[in-house]
Amino acid sequence: MHDGRKPELALDEPWRNPQATPYISIRNVTKRFGDFVAVNDVSLNVYRQELFCLLGGSGCGKSTLLRMLAGFEEPSSGQIFIDGQDMAGIPPYSRPVNMMFQSYALFPHMSVQDNVAFGLKQDRTPLKEIRERVAAMLDLVKLSPFAKRKPHQLSGGQRQRVALARSLVKEPKLLLLDEPLGALDRKLRESTQFELMNLQDKLGVTFIVVTHDQEEAMTLASRIGVMNQGHIVQVGTPSEIYEFPVNRFVADFIGTVNMFAGRIVDEDSNYVRIAAEADGCTFFIDHGVSASPNAQLWVALRPEKINIGREAPADTRENCVQGVIDGIAYMGDVSVFNVKLASGRMVKVTRPNLIRREEDTLTWDDEVWLHWHPASGVVLTS
Amino acid sequence: MSRRVHRSLWVWLGAGLAFLYIPIVSLVIFSFNSSKLVTVWAGFSTRWYGSLFHNDQILDAAGLSVRIGFISAALAVVLGTMVAVALARFGAFGGRALLSALSTAPLVMPEVITGLSLLLLFVAMEQAIGWPAGRSAMTIIIAHTTFSMAYVAVVVQSRLAGMDPSIEEAALDLGARPGKVFFVITLPLISPALVSGFLLAFTLSLDDLVISSFVSGPGATTLPMVIYSKVRLGLSPEINALATLMVAIVGAGVVIAGILMNRAEKARIRDEQMALAGDDLPAANPVSQA
Repeated sequence: MHDGRKPELALDEPWRNPQATPYISIRNVTKRFGDFVAVNDVSLNVYRQELFCLLGGSGCGKSTLLRMLAGFEEPSSGQIFIDGQDMAGIPPYSRPVNMMFQSYALFPHMSVQDNVAFGLKQDRTPLKEIRERVAAMLDLVKLSPFAKRKPHQLSGGQRQRVALARSLVKEPKLLLLDEPLGALDRKLRESTQFELMNLQDKLGVTFIVVTHDQEEAMTLASRIGVMNQGHIVQVGTPSEIYEFPVNRFVADFIGTVNMFAGRIVDEDSNYVRIAAEADGCTFFIDHGVSASPNAQLWVALRPEKINIGREAPADTRENCVQGVIDGIAYMGDVSVFNVKLASGRMVKVTRPNLIRREEDTLTWDDEVWLHWHPASGVVLTS
Repeated sequence: MSRRVHRSLWVWLGAGLAFLYIPIVSLVIFSFNSSKLVTVWAGFSTRWYGSLFHNDQILDAAGLSVRIGFISAALAVVLGTMVAVALARFGAFGGRALLSALSTAPLVMPEVITGLSLLLLFVAMEQAIGWPAGRSAMTIIIAHTTFSMAYVAVVVQSRLAGMDPSIEEAALDLGARPGKVFFVITLPLISPALVSGFLLAFTLSLDDLVISSFVSGPGATTLPMVIYSKVRLGLSPEINALATLMVAIVGAGVVIAGILMNRAEKARIRDEQMALAGDDLPAANPVSQA
């Protein structure tokens, strides 16, 4: 299986280098449909050979942004540059961009190889070259035995690979993928995810992927742009997005999180103490926070970053809370505990199942202590 | 609950079928009547079929009807498809609602009104610009195209609406210009609707009596007009024979269409099973080598 390595070029992280030239540059793009603002003043740079994921719920504007890149929609205002070229007024058939559609949009009356050859035929590529490139591409996506079949004679996974081959065969500068794995079952999705990353590695094409599936985004992306209501809320690597969300929306959208509302009671340049009075616990965070002293704050705590046990921690004044186990979900690799605090709220805690059969296992109605490291909580001001 | 069908239901079924088909059956039977009197049975004979094929008036009218049907159906398919594409694909252009309402108006317009208005138009045009010169097969074709293109537009538009628009977008995205997308992608995909639109327009034209009567001129007599005028002078066994032939042709068409559809359905099921089996094939489940 895949070794989990991210694509080569992503390693130098061009987005951290202010001198690097972005490959795709979206500048203050807004798209209105009547009164509805689908994309609201979005600016975004994507670099060569990145695999960038636009992540958001339905109706957040991610698909509209993708369609503007492909040329199916024109921005109401703002500009889009691809490889330094302004895309304003350039129709989809003249753009150095190809798209893989969510529905795959295969031509039902053409065989697999005619589908893949279609784009090359439009460019009047010599027939011999078309034949070679189509054969090579079908080989790459392991569909050579099915070249003569029609789309309706293929399974979902095969159709998905025809769509991918068709959009890749023209060697576009930029490949747009709209929910590429949405229609596949879980197993096929996982293997295809890694397949996509391999292809991207091999061909060096820049990918922009639209998805609502945060797991898909986390696995695939060099960087993720989280969108909400037409805005890009946060752009960052998967670990940045997960570990350092900028606000409650991102924290809540990516993964599971326990959110505690509180106020600063004590602060310095290198620590802050936040009291979550409603839940009867105090957070000690090992870094300073820039916030006005009495403002409402939130501390986001991921379930896997909380320790759970019967024994009280050494220091019970802060970064811990007591509760009763209200529910356990056994997931195989981990168990999820729903712990009810004295305040009545539920806290989710996950714990890896390290041992096959544990003596003295935690069970329903056990009184437990939850405690966490000072670096585990993320302080959010909005 | 009993799975047995109650006896009275069989009676009702028989009554229903009789109501529908007794007129046609009696027509077929009496076409083989040797008597000149349509209502008196005088023994089996095929003489009326023989005399039918020597009746130039009927044969000419049948030929004209088929010609008019073909030409007007072809024109209706072209024009109706253009209307359908405009309505289904051009978004919210100015006058869209008007086009939508007007192009389908002939569906609900009484034929007498359509026929009368076309006649008045042709007369006025002849006086104003000298064309069309008199009423002829040409005016019938124009009239039939006018009302049958509305049917084509409805059929094609619903097919276009049911088509995944991203198929056309994918073709654009792969570098095909809009005109090419229409001819290489859209047209083949809506071809079943074009065929059924053509057949519908052809049938409507072949069947039309009212509008044809208004706009036809001397020498342009269609088959329905001949039948109608003959029947007014008294029933003729020849007409029975003609009608029987038409029933036979339509019946054969329905049977052939049924066989073809059945075959297509079987092929579809086979393809589906082939597709389902696809995921089990080793080539269908790629595992990266890295």
